[in-house]
Amino acid sequence: MIVSNAVRYPTYVPATVAEALEQKAGVANLLPIAGGTEVMVMFNEGLLAPCPVQSLHRLAPEWGGIREAEGSLVIGALATYTDVRHHPVVRERYPLLVEAARVTGALQIQNRGTLVGNIVNGSPAADTVPALFAYGAQVRLLSTRGERTVAVTDFYTGYRKTVLRADELISEIVIPPPADGARHYYRKVGTRAAQAISKVVVAGVRGRDSVRLAWGSVGPTTLRTPKTEAAIASGADADEAVATLATEMSPLDDIRSTRDYRLAVSQNLLREFLKRTSPGG
Amino acid sequence: MTIRMTINGRDCTTDANPMTPLLDVLRESCRLTGTKYGCGEGECGACTVIMNDELVMSCLVPVMQAEVATIETVEGLARMADDGAEILHPVQQAFLECGGAQCGICTPGMVMAGVHHLRHPELAPDGLAEALEGNLCRCTGYSAIFRAMERAAEAGRPA
Repeated sequence: MIVSNAVRYPTYVPATVAEALEQKAGVANLLPIAGGTEVMVMFNEGLLAPCPVQSLHRLAPEWGGIREAEGSLVIGALATYTDVRHHPVVRERYPLLVEAARVTGALQIQNRGTLVGNIVNGSPAADTVPALFAYGAQVRLLSTRGERTVAVTDFYTGYRKTVLRADELISEIVIPPPADGARHYYRKVGTRAAQAISKVVVAGVRGRDSVRLAWGSVGPTTLRTPKTEAAIASGADADEAVATLATEMSPLDDIRSTRDYRLAVSQNLLREFLKRTSPGG
Repeated sequence: MTIRMTINGRDCTTDANPMTPLLDVLRESCRLTGTKYGCGEGECGACTVIMNDELVMSCLVPVMQAEVATIETVEGLARMADDGAEILHPVQQAFLECGGAQCGICTPGMVMAGVHHLRHPELAPDGLAEALEGNLCRCTGYSAIFRAMERAAEAGRPA
């Protein structure tokens, strides 16, 4: 038996979004769970501090889908990695999301885990968050007080710290269409292709005169490298771009990798990005 | 809360705490011990079952999220012939013939992943290696497992 203390986690199972928001506003320390692929790991290992838990699974009719609205892609809070991988519009226009969902966990995890869960969990090693940074995604936050929209690049304030307020839930992700002709690049480096947590992960989008690069596992949060982006946009060659990258990225040593390895791999990935997305290439 | 599920075609209710992993309910309440507890953190795939036609790690599903779900475990795969004899699922039969099981702990999860892959090959566009990548065999008997899966796929194909 894994569990002996389930009693310390009173559960709430809202049937509607309105009910979910009432609970989030009224119950202190309420922990929402979508697919459970993160929370249950902590729970099973006895590392989840006792708290009330809110399971959102009954909201799937309202929050489960992926749709297009005013030219943007809208990913509901309960849309899974599997939903993302197989959605025709995502496949056609947002290849970084398909690749990121493909390398997250394995099928069993992809069937339960959600992109919103990946965002809100706040891990700097999240595999889909760099893709969302690169596409300029916005997250919609709901509470009984109303709604607000925050750029995903402004969502994190520090290691596992976010701007999400205690009474708010993320309802959806809104992603503008990538520029016509933009080139997309995604690469995850881990100990194995499946199930691994990243040592370095990068997503990049290169348009005619713009570059967006977002990196995971190399800092306290997912991060962009604006100086490197600007250097590339203004015509820097690969050596200059790689040198610039080293000035604005300081990865850490931890159990999964070292600072030196992460920086070296990041620089190599930047070279590959430049090659693969080169306008003439 | 009382949670209703259908497990291997039979209606089942449980009053387990809603956060209890589905794996515990299967093994401890339903006595379906074919599904194995490996790592408890969604890494090894030993607890893999099919829930609403999707492959899941049952250690990571709080049982409240299995309400009204249809669950299939390894115990539900074999069929009874008219004379009462048990007929294994083609994936089970192929594992038997190819030596796809060594110590056996990963086998039920591997078999469930394999059964699901034969039903829905389109969900693993990179093929068998992708379909089984969430399942670890610590005997490292992957070659025999792959041979078994290839044989099962062959057996399922119209002649």
